[in-house]
Amino acid sequence: MSSVLFDVPGPKARRRHRLYTIAFLAVVVLVAFLVVQKFRSEGVLTSAVINDSFQNSNISFLLDGLVGTLKAAGLAIVGSVVFGALFAVGRLSDHAVIRLPCTAVIEFFRAVPLVLLILIIWFSFKDTIGTLGSLVAGLTLYNGSVLAEVFRAGVNAVHRGQSEAAYAIGMRKTQVMTLILMPQAVRVMLPAIISQCVIVLKDTSLGYVIVYQELVRNSRQVAQFVNDGTILVYALAAVMFIVINYSLSKLAEFLERRLSRRGGQPIQRSPLDVE
Amino acid sequence: MQVLLDNFSEIIDGFIVTLWLLLFSGLLAMVLGVVLVSMRVSPIAVLRGAGTTYVNVVRNTPLLLILFLFRDAFPTVGFNYSVNNYFDFFFTAAALGLGLYAAAFVCEALRAGVNSIPVGQAEAARSIGMTFSQSMTTVILPQAFQAVVPPLASTYIALAKNTSVALAIGVTEATFVMRKMTNDNATARWWIFIGFAAGYIIIVWSIAGIAHVLERRGAGWR
Repeated sequence: MSSVLFDVPGPKARRRHRLYTIAFLAVVVLVAFLVVQKFRSEGVLTSAVINDSFQNSNISFLLDGLVGTLKAAGLAIVGSVVFGALFAVGRLSDHAVIRLPCTAVIEFFRAVPLVLLILIIWFSFKDTIGTLGSLVAGLTLYNGSVLAEVFRAGVNAVHRGQSEAAYAIGMRKTQVMTLILMPQAVRVMLPAIISQCVIVLKDTSLGYVIVYQELVRNSRQVAQFVNDGTILVYALAAVMFIVINYSLSKLAEFLERRLSRRGGQPIQRSPLDVE
Repeated sequence: MQVLLDNFSEIIDGFIVTLWLLLFSGLLAMVLGVVLVSMRVSPIAVLRGAGTTYVNVVRNTPLLLILFLFRDAFPTVGFNYSVNNYFDFFFTAAALGLGLYAAAFVCEALRAGVNSIPVGQAEAARSIGMTFSQSMTTVILPQAFQAVVPPLASTYIALAKNTSVALAIGVTEATFVMRKMTNDNATARWWIFIGFAAGYIIIVWSIAGIAHVLERRGAGWR
């Protein structure tokens, strides 16, 4: 293990590092021990509470919630990509009549808290689009606006020569955008889109405020029911989120590495790289 | 429009709670974020592992779930963090949850900033015989400060907007006030929405403005 910032550790430094490692692990073990002790004395870790918390009906209720979360997230991500692509193109337009409203919409929805947005959509349109519709609409407006900026950056990052070459062979503006720029931009932006999926998945939990049945709401309902096992139920819900989102982040990282290798650009090294 | 003027003091009270939340959770996030980023770049493998684990766990958990942990779960194992009548149990739970959540993002923003410094700078510092701490404090960090400002600003803008999630655990911040006002004056709801949206936009733009000034001043130090 080495880094530009420090020398390869010699025997003395290695001994010191080992000492720090042992000290840190000792602290971790001590804290873990105290936590377990505390949990036991508060009656959280008894087998009765564990069995009660993780009984089959509770687990299946949590899984129902997970389905609700995935459904809302799936719809919202599709909507966001479409919304983002449309408004990115709008914001890149040469015509101020199209560009300015698109810019205003993107900037507005990026600056307003999502909870506020979901609440007002639900208050106004719950009778027509329902709870799921309100949540998906809010998520789409916010994440679509974020993705619009990502797309725009992607289109701007495509080498100028690409669009010049396309104009040179007689393509029109629409053709340059749809046939040349967008396909290349989306390829580069794929990791960013997947990272946005993580945010959408987490934000579906805001459906709580409009009584949409998703994982966080259902785990809260179970938690109220089992009382002493509250912390266990929430931990299980958190693990579900972490597993899904961590896999998505890793996928995004993998795609990013592959894209940067294919593009022939060297991966930029930084002082923090530890090999 | 009238409804905004009639309830003006209530709206301001809501936004003051929002700003308190932002202040306390922002400070906590900054302190913890610096600790985390030092752990993540340290030469000791366990510390790096612990920092990375914290960031990955917190970043992939919904904020609302973390707030619920602080409000419902930790009290069952004997935690109580009420300070006084104004900074009550719910406020403190929200501030702690928001702070611990944002810390992971602050850590990543700081890391991204330091990462943007070309490796040649560190190599040059090391090759003229500077130690780790010398090259860090005299070469890397002064340059990193400027590079850190934009990602840090986005983190704090996100935090300012995320304070609104605290309404779900019963903190009477701005969005909580908005929901109450909308329930009472359903016909004027769009005015109420625009009023509150404007309040948040002012906060967001203020953070962006501060970041802009800091970044420009940083440019002069280079």
